[in-house]
Amino acid sequence: MNYIPQTKEEQKELLCSVGIEDVRELFDCIPKKARLKALPDLKPAMTEPELIEYFGKLASKNRPAGLCPSFLGAGVYDHYVPAVIDHVLSRQEFYTAYTPYQPEISQGTLTAIFEYQTMICRLTGLDVSNAGLYDSAMAAAETMLMAAGATKRNKIYVAKSVNPELSKVLETYAQFKEIKIEYLPYGKDGKVKIRDFSDGACVIVQSPNFFGVIEDIEKVSAKAHEGKALSAVCADPLSLALLKTPGEAGADIAFGETQSLGLKMSFGGPYCGYMAVREALMRKMPGRIVGQTVDTEGRRAFVLTLQAREQHIRREKATSNICSNQALCALANTVYLSLLGPEGLCDAASQSAQKAAYLCDKLCKTGKFEKVFTGHFFREFAVRCKGASPAKLNSAARKAGFVGGYELKKSFPELSDCLLLAVTEKRTRAEIDEFAERMARV
Amino acid sequence: MKLIFEEGAKGRRAYKIPPCDVPQKALSAILGKNNLRADAPALPECSEVDVVRHFTNLSQLNFALDTGFYPLGSCTMKYNPKINEDLSRLAGFCEMHPLQSEEDSQGAMQLYYELERSLSAIFGMSRFTLLPAAGAHGELCGMMIIAAYHRSRKDYARKTIIVPDSSHGTNPASASIAGFTVKTIKSGPDGLLDLNALKEALGPDTAGMMLTNPSTLGLFEKDIMKAADMVHKAGGLLYYDGANSNAILCKTTPSLMGFDVVHTNLHKTFSTPHGGGGPGSGPVGVVEKLVPFLPSPLIAYKNGKYVFEKENKLSIGKMRSFFGNFGVLVKAYAYILANGAEGLDEVSTAAVANANYLCRRLSKAFTLPYGDNRCMHEFVLSGQEIKDKYGVSTLDMAKRLIEMGYHPPTIYFPLIVHEAIMIEPCETESVATLKEFVDAMLTVAKEAKECPEKLHAAPQNKPVTRLDETLAARTPVVKAQ
Repeated sequence: MNYIPQTKEEQKELLCSVGIEDVRELFDCIPKKARLKALPDLKPAMTEPELIEYFGKLASKNRPAGLCPSFLGAGVYDHYVPAVIDHVLSRQEFYTAYTPYQPEISQGTLTAIFEYQTMICRLTGLDVSNAGLYDSAMAAAETMLMAAGATKRNKIYVAKSVNPELSKVLETYAQFKEIKIEYLPYGKDGKVKIRDFSDGACVIVQSPNFFGVIEDIEKVSAKAHEGKALSAVCADPLSLALLKTPGEAGADIAFGETQSLGLKMSFGGPYCGYMAVREALMRKMPGRIVGQTVDTEGRRAFVLTLQAREQHIRREKATSNICSNQALCALANTVYLSLLGPEGLCDAASQSAQKAAYLCDKLCKTGKFEKVFTGHFFREFAVRCKGASPAKLNSAARKAGFVGGYELKKSFPELSDCLLLAVTEKRTRAEIDEFAERMARV
Repeated sequence: MKLIFEEGAKGRRAYKIPPCDVPQKALSAILGKNNLRADAPALPECSEVDVVRHFTNLSQLNFALDTGFYPLGSCTMKYNPKINEDLSRLAGFCEMHPLQSEEDSQGAMQLYYELERSLSAIFGMSRFTLLPAAGAHGELCGMMIIAAYHRSRKDYARKTIIVPDSSHGTNPASASIAGFTVKTIKSGPDGLLDLNALKEALGPDTAGMMLTNPSTLGLFEKDIMKAADMVHKAGGLLYYDGANSNAILCKTTPSLMGFDVVHTNLHKTFSTPHGGGGPGSGPVGVVEKLVPFLPSPLIAYKNGKYVFEKENKLSIGKMRSFFGNFGVLVKAYAYILANGAEGLDEVSTAAVANANYLCRRLSKAFTLPYGDNRCMHEFVLSGQEIKDKYGVSTLDMAKRLIEMGYHPPTIYFPLIVHEAIMIEPCETESVATLKEFVDAMLTVAKEAKECPEKLHAAPQNKPVTRLDETLAARTPVVKAQ
């Protein structure tokens, strides 16, 4: 099954018009020594029904968290995805189009991205959003590079309480750019401990941080600015329905994962990393940006703009090497935010906060768990397990049909007896109650 | 067309979340009074019908592969099989959390493992990482691997990456982000790699060279093996930008040509949709000696189980969170399984045959600066002669093609061709479509001579006419008021 429409006769006609008889002549230009002697060793071709059977078998070997009551978060959350989203994403005019280089026939994609940028600005309280980046880790790395470029400094302060998936990617990028990363410890409240930042390009904190604790962005930003460093916040966009915006709290850059806004968990991707900045940083920002303009008739229309920053114009001097923008994921976010509206989004965020607080209280009351941090938390919290180990608890959760939490020892050896639990609006009281009871019995 | 913010009415709602069934506290008690925002974000207030109509109407303003011929050079706009979409949406895949236990994730890990093996076989590489989220991300990953390799040998002087002037813009940009200095070499008079220029560029500072083969001109670099030899002898490594790998599937491999690192764009060669600008996926393959430098995680099969391998000490680290764009990987693997090796072999044959047909017929009306009437999967025409004679630019012709129901070819790239028109038809187009496109192109060439003003004013029959791009850049309006 290879989706090639040519019949044998038609192929003959093609070759004839090119003046050759044998298709192999088309590849004469490949040096003999480089030609493949035998076809690569692949599975035999499958028809559509065979594909369905094969992939069905593979899929059935998984135990998807989205289909059982799950308390696993750590950067990816099991929020409800309304049915409309997939119907919009399945519009072939959206998903089979390329990057909107020809604006006259791409107003659909361009308008949707403009709406996405607007929504990101309104959530973050910042001036300019790009069209999206690969994911939040990439957005973190691009933030680091942008800050280093803008301040001409090569040291970055990163809170230890940032998602380790992000800080590991930061380390990878930093080592090749001779950027130094200094980690900032967390305190008993779970919040970052600040210090003097006068030699830093920027301070990167996450809020709510990896432990779910809400950081004091105003304090961090003020201290960063005192040292002429930039303040960057990785913020889950759903939390921004309720929490003070990074812009209002003085941050210069906000970024994060938009997975919690209508994207399926999909074993880690595709997601979309958003990034928003203050106007002063607009021309230093990576990625695509859509801008408003007019056509020759004076009608409002949208176009890719500020392209002088980008690789296809500036080559090695570009602000970033990024080309694509996860447009379809950004579209999903836009549809999600349109469907939920201000009230719905606040409801999803507030129910997640309420239910997480409810589970936390419930577990602590059993006497077998205690809260690790005193700070306020959103949707997610760390508990110290005084009885069974986190691994034992997770395995018991699995047996009982749940997906348990994240074992913090994987990334934080000092928290080896701690479990990170997330609760979204999807969990019912009955599920939470049963989970808490099972955990108390282990 | 209205923006979504201009639709709906205050208080109107679409999706409603079931009511909260746990005892509630004041939000200020849970989240902290000082942490709360004063007002809810100003988002649209719409009904479900409002939202569905808005986005459906928006979609209809787009030209897409499924609405017409999309010969966008270098982008490989081949048909996106529908079954692949369905398979990636199986609940067993799309409802998986990336941090679930190995025990819970065996099916996803098996798919990951098998796709890695398939790509390794197709490209003749030892192993692949499936982490990079796009082609440019793959390039960056490859550049980091090359940097880490030299570093591990304490060969710190190797700081220069060589790229030809016909390369994709992402090549020099990626090399630069990985900390390299970029040296650009001029192509020879035939548009191909100039071995003398390469010889001059090579030195003790050479870390490697990035090359697309077939080149962005759609020409196979006939001296590739000599070039590889020269780069290796100088102590450098050779990077294969696999953007054009649709041309070589099952005919040759980057490893046979002498490349050490390769990326492939699953959203080009392996049929996953472009999504209006992503998500894509750009896996990176390496030869044996570079395997230790691959980013983590990698998946192995041990004692009847799929397991995450322990990170190698030499690994560049993590390139992306979790496991890359898994949903895209599912589609690409479905494509490989649907085709099998014979099918993939026919893909490159048909792609190159289609391109040659167009090349032969169009080179009569347009200038073909390079290639002697032959090409691989794509070719580049020049509109310079038409511009000089009739004052009609390549942009004008592209906009006229839009009017005639086509997505124009890639224009003004590669930079070494003036008024470039880069055409890649792909294997999934019929002869009838190709013939109609030739007729359209010939009409455009004729009109350039006879009624240039028509082309200057095009397109007239689309949702909007030409846009004022200068205004957009000079006074940026990047969000709704």
